[in-house]
Amino acid sequence: MAACYNQLFSTNTTVTAKVEDSMDFPGGKVPFTQQLKMIGGPESSTPPMSCYRTVDSTGADVAGAEVPHQIGRDLATKMYSTMAALQIVDTVFYEAQRQGRFSFFMTSAGEEATAVGSAAALTLDDTVFTQYREHGVMMWRGYTIQQMAHQCYGNQLGHGKGRQMPIHYGSKELNFQTISSPLATQLPHAVGAAYALKLERKHACAAVYFGEGAASEGDFHAAVNFASTLGAPVVFICRNNGWAISTPSTEQYRGDGIAGRGPSYGIASIRVDGGDARAVYNATAEARRIAVTSSCPVLIEAMSYRSGHHSTSDDSSRYRTADEMNRWRARDPVMRFQSLLLANNWWDAQQEKDLRLNLRKEVLKALEAAQKEPKAPLADLFTDVYKEMPWHLKEQMAQAMAHSKAHPGACPSDIPVR
Amino acid sequence: MVTSRLLRPASRLLAASRPLIAPTRSVLQPAASLPAIVNRRRYATPSGVKEVAVRDALNEALAEELESNEKVFVLGEEVAQYNGAYKVTKGLLDRFGEKRVIDSPITESGFAGLTVGAALAGLHPVCEFMTFNFAMQAIDQIINSAAKTHYMSGGIQPCNITFRGPNGFASGVAAQHSQDYSSWYGSIPGLKVVAPWSSEDAKGLLKAAIRDPNPVVVLENELLYGTPFPMSEAAQRDDFVLPFGKAKIERAGKDLTIVTLSRCVGQALTAAEQMKKDYGVEAEVINLRSVKPMDVEAIVKSVKKTGHLMAVESGFPSFGVGAEILALTMEYAFDYLDAPAVRITGAEVPTPYAQGLENMSFPSEDLIAKYGAKLLRV
Repeated sequence: MAACYNQLFSTNTTVTAKVEDSMDFPGGKVPFTQQLKMIGGPESSTPPMSCYRTVDSTGADVAGAEVPHQIGRDLATKMYSTMAALQIVDTVFYEAQRQGRFSFFMTSAGEEATAVGSAAALTLDDTVFTQYREHGVMMWRGYTIQQMAHQCYGNQLGHGKGRQMPIHYGSKELNFQTISSPLATQLPHAVGAAYALKLERKHACAAVYFGEGAASEGDFHAAVNFASTLGAPVVFICRNNGWAISTPSTEQYRGDGIAGRGPSYGIASIRVDGGDARAVYNATAEARRIAVTSSCPVLIEAMSYRSGHHSTSDDSSRYRTADEMNRWRARDPVMRFQSLLLANNWWDAQQEKDLRLNLRKEVLKALEAAQKEPKAPLADLFTDVYKEMPWHLKEQMAQAMAHSKAHPGACPSDIPVR
Repeated sequence: MVTSRLLRPASRLLAASRPLIAPTRSVLQPAASLPAIVNRRRYATPSGVKEVAVRDALNEALAEELESNEKVFVLGEEVAQYNGAYKVTKGLLDRFGEKRVIDSPITESGFAGLTVGAALAGLHPVCEFMTFNFAMQAIDQIINSAAKTHYMSGGIQPCNITFRGPNGFASGVAAQHSQDYSSWYGSIPGLKVVAPWSSEDAKGLLKAAIRDPNPVVVLENELLYGTPFPMSEAAQRDDFVLPFGKAKIERAGKDLTIVTLSRCVGQALTAAEQMKKDYGVEAEVINLRSVKPMDVEAIVKSVKKTGHLMAVESGFPSFGVGAEILALTMEYAFDYLDAPAVRITGAEVPTPYAQGLENMSFPSEDLIAKYGAKLLRV
């Protein structure tokens, strides 16, 4: 009896002694603490997430930088040439818009390395969704300057048959979804596309680009949460360029930027120097590897600077200082990458001169050709509303054709009546 | 004149009966007001016709399409583990697995966007909204992304997606759960919009929606989910689909054309019988089935025969489906009208919660019959 009592007693003691150390919650085990301590907020002592880089602001190698994916001569010169092409397209197309040749344009100045560095780490099997400031990604994938010019002019050879604003490119062959104007809607789309890749067991991911301003949209939160819960292979690439039109990042969020949000959604996240093409390339290659092999999302925040205006409808000198702009322009991502080429003796002054001269000629030729091309024909007003044309659109099309033929001049002269 | 029709005298409304509305008051969650559905399917009659509830017809359509095409998947809130807030997706998770019947976090804009993305990537998603009232959170994805991408991409980027869920007013769920979105979606180029009434409509239209390469909005009616309808042998087969843009004459008549949709079809049929009994007139009842494209030909053909048109719907009167039916009739069959066409619609107020007021806010059989008689001057 006594033994029995002792046994009971000792068992009870063991149970009491075993400290309940966690809560078995439906969402997972939650550890207990006796400390009253809050995380985050204005009184937090946690430092912000560091920014991964491999070259400094002048383009010189940073000692000890991890570079798991080295960039060889061919890849480096191709990346550099694409960035240079992007710069020249930006300059000349911007001027063309200012001359009234088309209605709208947006430049990538300051963010060339983010677009090209990340695009170079993706494959053509990966589906790409962009916002509107990533022409560099399309150019890397093979979208030609001529195709861009046709689209901006909205002529009959342009993607989209003149139905969308300039810069809303798209290409089925290049696995590049047509750009959509409303901010952040591409984020859940990319998760859906990634889920499709997962269902079809394809060894590929969806890559989606957006700005830090777009990350304030509800769609951003929905997309990252979905990607995380569904295990969708998607690489989120945020271009944190400091400005959403005239709203600075300081008014866009209070936490640790965009990458800081990733871990709380259960997403592997990295902050990278968006002006360091090699760092962006390496971060994206790693992100892609994780996304595809582990079927999960990865978040990249590329810290860069929008050196140009938001769009041709904007004048950024009204809301930011010349000093700030000059400081950032001095860290020009293209020059920083050029330094890397020069240091390896992969590039010289003559090559530089020839490249820029030829590109300028090509861009001017493309714009000239696009301007001469007639606009999309009248019939294109009615096609593609549905896969097959419904009776009421057929009726309206026939009436519009008959009217335009009977009354020459009713239809603008650059729109062919057919 | 028109205004007086829109603001109907309350006395007429009070006289109207609402037999199909469940008398019980629901709690907050609309799903909770549903009677348990236990084996709605009945025994087959000798002719092969079966009684099938609308809910089961929709379930059958989803199961058949999931079975026949591996690109099809269903995503929405509560669609998997819980078998759907209205049990439309009952059993689908067990049968097709969690990769094809997927529960979603509560983010309408998010899961609508996700399914649009999957459609852009070549899958054929079925995006379930717990009710179309909540789809307003996602309407940018439905309109700006799903409906317009094919056109704006120059025809290279189709979006084969089906948005479905209950639409229109239900019983005792007040303004934010009681709205008919037919005219909202019906006004968007690039979308196809259908509104089934019977079980055959539900199965045939939903299957057609999933197969259609365009984005389609399937506006079901919560109050009809548990209603059994006879289903022909042909409709029970897995190859049964209904064409879009084709209305169905549910009742032939020579005196008055009633064009209607969704639950109002049943009310119009009852009203037509009442008009025959009370006034000796024969009303033709056209079930639109599809809001966009709309079967103008069927309407015109009927009006040529009857000379009188009445549109019956449960949406708000302004800019509604009824307005569209009247305008199209004016454009294509004005010379055949012997009297001005009329519309019967929901009242122009946010749907009230109080049952008496709610009853007064929507068309009733009696109201339809009385307006029919007034139109025919009998």
